[in-house]
Amino acid sequence: MLVMEKNSLSEEISKLVDLYGKDRSSLLPILQGIEKNHKYISDFAQQEVARLLDIHPVEVYSVVTFYSFLTHKPMGRNVVRLCQTITCDMFGKEAVAKAIERELGIKFGETTKDKKVTLEYANCLGMCDQGPAMLVNDQVYSHLTPEKAIEILEKLK
Amino acid sequence: MKENKETRAPESQKGHTIEKPKSSEGIGSMVSIEINGNKFSVPLGTTILEACKQNQIHIPTLCHHDDLCIAGVCRVCLVEVEGMRTLQASCAYSITHSLKIHTTSPQVRRARRHVIDLLLSEHYGECYSCVRNNNCELQSLAKEYGVDKFTFGHVSEPLFEEDNSSYSVIRDMNKCVLCKRCVRTCIDLQEVGVLESINRGHETRIGTFLDKPLADVICINCGQCINRCPTGALKANDPSDEIWQAIDDPTKHVVIQTAPSPRAAIGEEFELGPGHSLTGQMNTALRRIGFNKVFDTNFTADLTIMEEGTELIIRLYKALVEGEKQIALPQFTSCSPGWVKYIEHFYPEYLDHVSSAKSPQQMFGALIKTWYAQKEGIDPANIVSVALMPCAAKKYECNRPEMVDSGYKDVDYGLTTRELAQMIKESGIYLPEMEKTHFDDPFGDASGAGLIFGATGGVMEAALRTIIELVTGVKVENVFENMNIVPVRGFEGIRYAELPIEKVGPVPEILKPLVPNWDWLKGATLKVAIAHGTANAKKIMEDIKAGGKFSECHFIEFMACPGGCLGGGGQPIPTSQEIRAKRAEAIYNEDASLPIRKSHENKHVLDLYNDFLTDGPCGHISHKLLHTHYTPRGKYIA
Repeated sequence: MLVMEKNSLSEEISKLVDLYGKDRSSLLPILQGIEKNHKYISDFAQQEVARLLDIHPVEVYSVVTFYSFLTHKPMGRNVVRLCQTITCDMFGKEAVAKAIERELGIKFGETTKDKKVTLEYANCLGMCDQGPAMLVNDQVYSHLTPEKAIEILEKLK
Repeated sequence: MKENKETRAPESQKGHTIEKPKSSEGIGSMVSIEINGNKFSVPLGTTILEACKQNQIHIPTLCHHDDLCIAGVCRVCLVEVEGMRTLQASCAYSITHSLKIHTTSPQVRRARRHVIDLLLSEHYGECYSCVRNNNCELQSLAKEYGVDKFTFGHVSEPLFEEDNSSYSVIRDMNKCVLCKRCVRTCIDLQEVGVLESINRGHETRIGTFLDKPLADVICINCGQCINRCPTGALKANDPSDEIWQAIDDPTKHVVIQTAPSPRAAIGEEFELGPGHSLTGQMNTALRRIGFNKVFDTNFTADLTIMEEGTELIIRLYKALVEGEKQIALPQFTSCSPGWVKYIEHFYPEYLDHVSSAKSPQQMFGALIKTWYAQKEGIDPANIVSVALMPCAAKKYECNRPEMVDSGYKDVDYGLTTRELAQMIKESGIYLPEMEKTHFDDPFGDASGAGLIFGATGGVMEAALRTIIELVTGVKVENVFENMNIVPVRGFEGIRYAELPIEKVGPVPEILKPLVPNWDWLKGATLKVAIAHGTANAKKIMEDIKAGGKFSECHFIEFMACPGGCLGGGGQPIPTSQEIRAKRAEAIYNEDASLPIRKSHENKHVLDLYNDFLTDGPCGHISHKLLHTHYTPRGKYIA
């Protein structure tokens, strides 16, 4: 990482720390802030957060690896999360999953070469009455069919 | 002093941490409870586990450790509390009102057995090929609960690769049962923060920052995690195969130096119970194993006092008399390699405070391959120098690239107390029955001052015994009864003492080239402090940073491990405050029984200065061989 990038990241994290405070309980909102802006939390960012909150980097890493919505590897510009739990499965999640994989040319857990989309499974999205469901960035889509899923993906930038 | 955030537990959980109830007096502070139909009265806030322990009721535990905060993660200590829907972890349940508790009901027994079966279902390894065979808490639990089959299966293939990147600590996550003792040790007790649990659910495992190998993260190699691991998931990097090979090679001259702490603890490996010194017996056993010479590290501990003490006097003289502003004071001790690595990582800007004197182990290494080799007419290339240490970090220290001042690797292998006990057993020797013998010349038996290096406050006491005498000309025994400088002893995490220098004596011969007289110290007050465990070291460092009272100290002793070396990462397992106190007692008793108890009265040390280090303490030769430099490492990992 370039020095300038590091400096601007440090500055950004300092601002988040000023906003949320230096308590341990501020860790999650700070990490969410970084995740939102950068789509992932870099090694340097984790160490910087640890320094500012006076905790150890491994504790930050522990939290980042615990939560699915915090990531320490760069993600695509869009993140598609298909619900894999039992009701969505019974509504035909498998067909949707296959269609998405074919459309994007990647498997679950991977990112497209152009960094446009990262594809992941999610556990229950709370849309069990409207399955299969998927989450595209912050937007939930329900009652999916393979065709509908592809249509949604095509609109992504 | 500024209070730091002491534990990781949020404020609301602090009542659950290690603090014992403060007082059992006063109305309403006692609670009557019923355990298995028997009535007891316990102080409010006692945990069920503690209450049972006080009343001789055994409850099995695994994640619980007296040195660490409560975790309640292993669920082995489950008990039934009447009125509660589910079983409760007794280690984490504070008693706040009258309770009826059952510790051996069928439900409890079945649940504990299931918990143990589940732990075993994720634990890979065969007991007979494990370093912790016969000293494993999981093994004992399985035995206690009569496990005769793997109800929930057993891991047949290793799932993780062993991480043996570190010179000191090896991690084998196949054997980990996720009790998080190492996590609590590293973060709470030592404040180093190498290990935490990573991932979630069934994928949870203990890992380092970014999952890097141990050699690449900020680990100080103290090995405290090893001492607290209930299984064989953490172990020291054992060099005994190489040492056996050297012993069996007739062209090699294998010498061993033994530190003060192992002799006070090795008896524990032979079922003696803590607090037995086996110095003489160990010397005999070492010769029987095949070591050509057995030396006493206390000799270089005495030498350390001469070098480090002289360095302190030079610093004080330069700062107080010559008025040099950039002289770094207080001076920090440098004996503990865990502490040295800690300060290199966490406070690199204070490295010039650390005494440049090497640790006793490394001083000895440099002398063995120079002076001793010359004297005995042995080619240093054929000398294999082993150091018996209570320490995991010493293994790293002897592999530091700068530790080659003799022209060879100064110390070839660092061996821990546990590993030596294994070698002794392998040789068919029952240590306690050995006859007592002395250490070999030319280094001989050292002073009691060198011996007490093993306990926290020992380096300070040894230094004070010498400094008081050399500066004031008054015998220490006339100032402190029996030469026991009690203010610096004890187990409080941080200790502080002031010693007024009321009168001064003549400058002794050995220091004449350095200072003309002691008049500049007359009426001064020597301020010293002691910290053990790097969490306590951190408190002092933060205080110094903030310009608090410790920044006005002259000399501060830091030891990385709780209790000092006697609680080191290479010492017999288990460890507890009680065990460490007994080891300290053994060390102080042995010190009291020795004829020479001051470093500057060790005649072998004086001989060395006459014969070899002819330009005196902190002279050119000693600077070349006995002093070192440090590397600012910082906290960031690229």
